[in-house]
Amino acid sequence: MTDVPFIEIEDVHFSRGSHEIFRGINMIIPQGKVTAIMGPSGTGKTTLLKLIGGQLTPDQGRILVDGQNVHRLSRKALFTLRKRMGMLFQSGALFSDLNVFENVAFPLRVHTNLPDAMIRDLVLLKLEAVGLRGARHLSPAELSGGMARRVALARAIALDPELILYDEPFVGQDPISMGVLVQLIKRLNEALALTSVVVSHDIKETLSIADYLYLLADGQVVAEGTPHTLNANQDPRVSQFVHGEPDGPVPFHYPAETLYSDILGQATATRAG
Amino acid sequence: MQSRFEQGVDRIVRLGRKGCDVMEALGRAGLFLGQSAVGIPSREGWYLWLRQMHFVGVLSLAIVIVSGLFIGMVLALQGYTILVDFGAEQALGQMVALSLLRELAPVVAALLFAGRAGSALTAEIGLMKATEQLTSMEMIGVDPLRRVIAPRLWAGFVALPILTVGFGVVGIWGGYLVGVQWLGVFEGSYWSNMQASVSFVSDVGNGMIKSLVFAIVVTWIAVFQGYDLVPTSEGISRATTRTVVYSSLAVLGLDFVLTAVMFGGL
Repeated sequence: MTDVPFIEIEDVHFSRGSHEIFRGINMIIPQGKVTAIMGPSGTGKTTLLKLIGGQLTPDQGRILVDGQNVHRLSRKALFTLRKRMGMLFQSGALFSDLNVFENVAFPLRVHTNLPDAMIRDLVLLKLEAVGLRGARHLSPAELSGGMARRVALARAIALDPELILYDEPFVGQDPISMGVLVQLIKRLNEALALTSVVVSHDIKETLSIADYLYLLADGQVVAEGTPHTLNANQDPRVSQFVHGEPDGPVPFHYPAETLYSDILGQATATRAG
Repeated sequence: MQSRFEQGVDRIVRLGRKGCDVMEALGRAGLFLGQSAVGIPSREGWYLWLRQMHFVGVLSLAIVIVSGLFIGMVLALQGYTILVDFGAEQALGQMVALSLLRELAPVVAALLFAGRAGSALTAEIGLMKATEQLTSMEMIGVDPLRRVIAPRLWAGFVALPILTVGFGVVGIWGGYLVGVQWLGVFEGSYWSNMQASVSFVSDVGNGMIKSLVFAIVVTWIAVFQGYDLVPTSEGISRATTRTVVYSSLAVLGLDFVLTAVMFGGL
């Protein structure tokens, strides 16, 4: 790739307790492009976003965002850097004591000195983009999961950040809002020259908008490339995931002893006892 | 099978690990207090503080006032039955006032505050953590320690001493109600004995110092338990219980220490 890198992830290791999540991953996320990070559940995709946002610290290796080492920054510098990022959480994570309008207005109120009338216009425009301008008076408790995530997206783009991290944006969306969201992510990226990182396992939608993809499995990057090259990839691990096949080298089951010994072994033991 | 020796070693190791955990938690709590309580509030910060003052202060007023009234009444009733045997019922006002100002007002108000406001603070902050609201605030570039924690801490620091004053005043009035109005102690001696024996500095002042210490400890425990909990429903319920248990124990233990220093001639 000849693009300017916005995020550089170099040899990052991370573990929770004794469970090793990343075993030396390297990634380059180019500026102004949509980069997708895919992989089976439990491979640490969300963890990776939290590492990029500086909420978690890697055990080894470093992560540079726009040339700054996220985990070497002071608390103040880190918060300044975060003003340039937007993050869409899986749960939406809306502030429960504020209504929809105030949730979207929150970043504008704390980080800008704009007059109220302008904040109102900006918030309504962002809510219009996600189709929820009419829901501005509702409280987060009155929203469905999909709607909450769209409000959260409006909040994430309120400050027009340079980088947006999307954590599973397509989960729980009906087909209509899914189509709108896919378009929205693409349009935001093109119109504002945003750098977007999409974590997802919705293959079709992700392949349709991503410029470049990374596939994670077993704590490592197992494949990377454009949607086209990934589709054509012959690696069984890659094609199993991309085509959603139940059988293949990536196990569907969480590690366990065999079903036979788990069930029959127990029965034999009970009978004998 | 482990030998008895290994089991013993194991126990010591566990004890040591537990000790390390406790020290680490104390360290985290100390850093947490320093990072959140120190700093100059913005205009918005004042507004947030006022809202929390309403939440932890004004809404705790009813329970504190009612308890103060009953405690004052009981003190007068109990005190009268003993004092009257010595023909010393004129000293009732002095007894009621000193017990309330030195001990009961700061301690009972702090215990009520831990149960009413402390547990609510823990649960609220815990739920904000569990639903990733604190994390999303961080990602927006707003420090939750300054935005969420600091107003709550300072509201607690200010509200409890004020509630304690209310408790004391109403308690003395409750004592008057029972002692003078009901049991017939001479009104003049109730008030004048109190006036003559209560010193503003050593009784009212020390009581207020106690109350301020309890306010800091109880609010600190409540807010830290909420911020540091395991973000699950079980974690929230445990942390809420811990807030009430730890702060009650801390209040009673510290009360002994402070009393020993202030009145015990240490």
